[in-house]
Amino acid sequence: MSELTITLLRLGYLALLWVLVLSAISVLRRDLYGTRITDRRRANRAAAAPPARPQPAEAVAAPAPAAPAPAPVRTPRSARSGSGPRKLVVTEGPLRGTIVPLGTAPVLIGRAPSCTLVLDDDYSSSRHARVFPQDGQWFVEDLGSTNGTFLADQRVDGPIPLPTGTPVRVGQSVLELQR
Amino acid sequence: MATVQPHQVRAGRGVELGLLVLALAIAVAGYALVGLGIDGSVPADVIGYAAGLTGLAVALHLVLRWRAPYADPVILPVAVALNGVGLAMIYRIDIAYEARDKAAGFAERQLGWTAISVVLAALVLVLLRDHRTLRRYTYTAMIVALGLVVLPLVPGIGQSINGAQIWVRLGGVGMQPAEFAKIALAVFFAGYLVTHRDTLALAGPKVLGLQLPRPRDLGPILIVWGASLAVLVLERDLGTSLLLFGLFVAMLYIATERLSWVVIGLLLFVGGAVVAATAFPHVGARFDAWLHPFDQEVFDRFPGGSGQLVRGLFGLASGGLFGTGWGAGRPDLVPYAESDFVIASLGEELGLTGLLALLLCYTILTERGLRTAIGVRDGFGKLLAGGLAFVVAFQTFVVVGGVTRLIPLTGLTTPLLAYGGSSLVANWVIVALLLRISDEARRPAPVVRAVLTPEVGTPVASGARANGSGSAGPTGGDQPTERIEGLS
Repeated sequence: MSELTITLLRLGYLALLWVLVLSAISVLRRDLYGTRITDRRRANRAAAAPPARPQPAEAVAAPAPAAPAPAPVRTPRSARSGSGPRKLVVTEGPLRGTIVPLGTAPVLIGRAPSCTLVLDDDYSSSRHARVFPQDGQWFVEDLGSTNGTFLADQRVDGPIPLPTGTPVRVGQSVLELQR
Repeated sequence: MATVQPHQVRAGRGVELGLLVLALAIAVAGYALVGLGIDGSVPADVIGYAAGLTGLAVALHLVLRWRAPYADPVILPVAVALNGVGLAMIYRIDIAYEARDKAAGFAERQLGWTAISVVLAALVLVLLRDHRTLRRYTYTAMIVALGLVVLPLVPGIGQSINGAQIWVRLGGVGMQPAEFAKIALAVFFAGYLVTHRDTLALAGPKVLGLQLPRPRDLGPILIVWGASLAVLVLERDLGTSLLLFGLFVAMLYIATERLSWVVIGLLLFVGGAVVAATAFPHVGARFDAWLHPFDQEVFDRFPGGSGQLVRGLFGLASGGLFGTGWGAGRPDLVPYAESDFVIASLGEELGLTGLLALLLCYTILTERGLRTAIGVRDGFGKLLAGGLAFVVAFQTFVVVGGVTRLIPLTGLTTPLLAYGGSSLVANWVIVALLLRISDEARRPAPVVRAVLTPEVGTPVASGARANGSGSAGPTGGDQPTERIEGLS
């Protein structure tokens, strides 16, 4: 056998060893990078940025409502861009300063961890109120809460339109839509 | 607090089969290349050898499909590859020994032990349906472990080879009971610590920022420390003592997350080692050979000189980056080239490139063990998998560190690679246990059907609920959580 063949076999064997190692690692790669970890605390610390207002940020941590709407209705573009409100701001209460960006999904407010905006408030119900867009307009609706939802000192019964800048009282918190 | 979204686990049996093909190719190619390198022709029985190895590996693979379908797909191929490379090297050293009229025949025996080990591993997988069963035998395991450790001291069956009293000879078959003691000890520690970790971690005074345990919680721990010291003193075996004590400290650390245990353990061991090095000449000689191996006087000393170590280093040096190739080196010049110094032999013939690949195989094996420990849901399984993975890694470290003169040389075997029946059987049992626990760790949790509760207080028709993504159904779960921001 020629010297070249022997050298090739020798190096080929080493290559084979590394093929095994690397393919084993490539099988494991998914395991190393595949898990998505979202650090809620960090996300919220970054969110509750203003140092002047140390808010109990953890209470805000809330996943979106688990069940998506079965038959989603596209809101007109005007609701998403242009003149419509862009955010729901808590102006009073323990969560003062919290901003919920508005998309096209309804915002569920209450004490239950499944709510979009989780209130740590003894005066609010677990599923207290809902703010949702319809036909380019935002509505607020009480979800049968014990202490009620008030739109500019008026108790909310059915879904009623929510103008931008009008305070909504939910328990001890006051929220309003802002551009 | 963090939310972790695990990805979908695939059972991975197909992947395992693919990797097994590679591993078997490595094993058989090694065997064939040994023949090519020495005689210039492939050994005649290579087909039979390949068939035998393939049969063993595929049998274990089928057992996994049958009994542990979610077991880790990487552990088995890596173990097969290491065992196969070891077999080829032992066969190669056998040929060299025969040429020099030295006692040979290691390869056949190792092949026999491989078959026995694989059968035992399969039996463990078949009989042990749930690793938590082992927790019932916590204290039995302690007694078994202590018994195994002292067994070589029993007159009549104990045997002293090269100054170390670690052998037991029963009916013509020699074995090192300490290899099995490490498994029993891992089971004992896992069972004991999972019950007592809180008292060990939380009760007791705090000194200099170290949480010290209460004296009464120390009892079993001191017993084990004493046992490992007794091994050192009475059996004159530095390696096993280091291994048992290291396992013990590591598992305490895993269980309690207290750095104080590592500090205490290291202090105790360093103290013990210093005392032993000054009090016992054979331990002192090891230190001498480690620190001054190239002194002519130390080199020539027998027994306890550095001749073996230095020859091993020369072997590694002559291997260089890419090695001499199978059958082209002279690994047989090192005493015990087939067992204690198999790493030096492989380093000579496969070079640094090959040796690093083999060490990475150990890394992968350990990583899978530790990953299993993270993944499994019960505390006992976590501790057992963590401890077993640590034992494999630590034993490899002690051996390779000893051969490469990083730490004093101790008489331990390289897991799965080196010649030695007890070691091979024990390490295959460890592999089987890791596979069993990893099956538990990777098995998807049984799906619990959510009971539909009527949505209270949502009178608005669903048509009014707009969804941002515009998609319905299960994809909604992939949507990121709504970001909630503070005033900026």
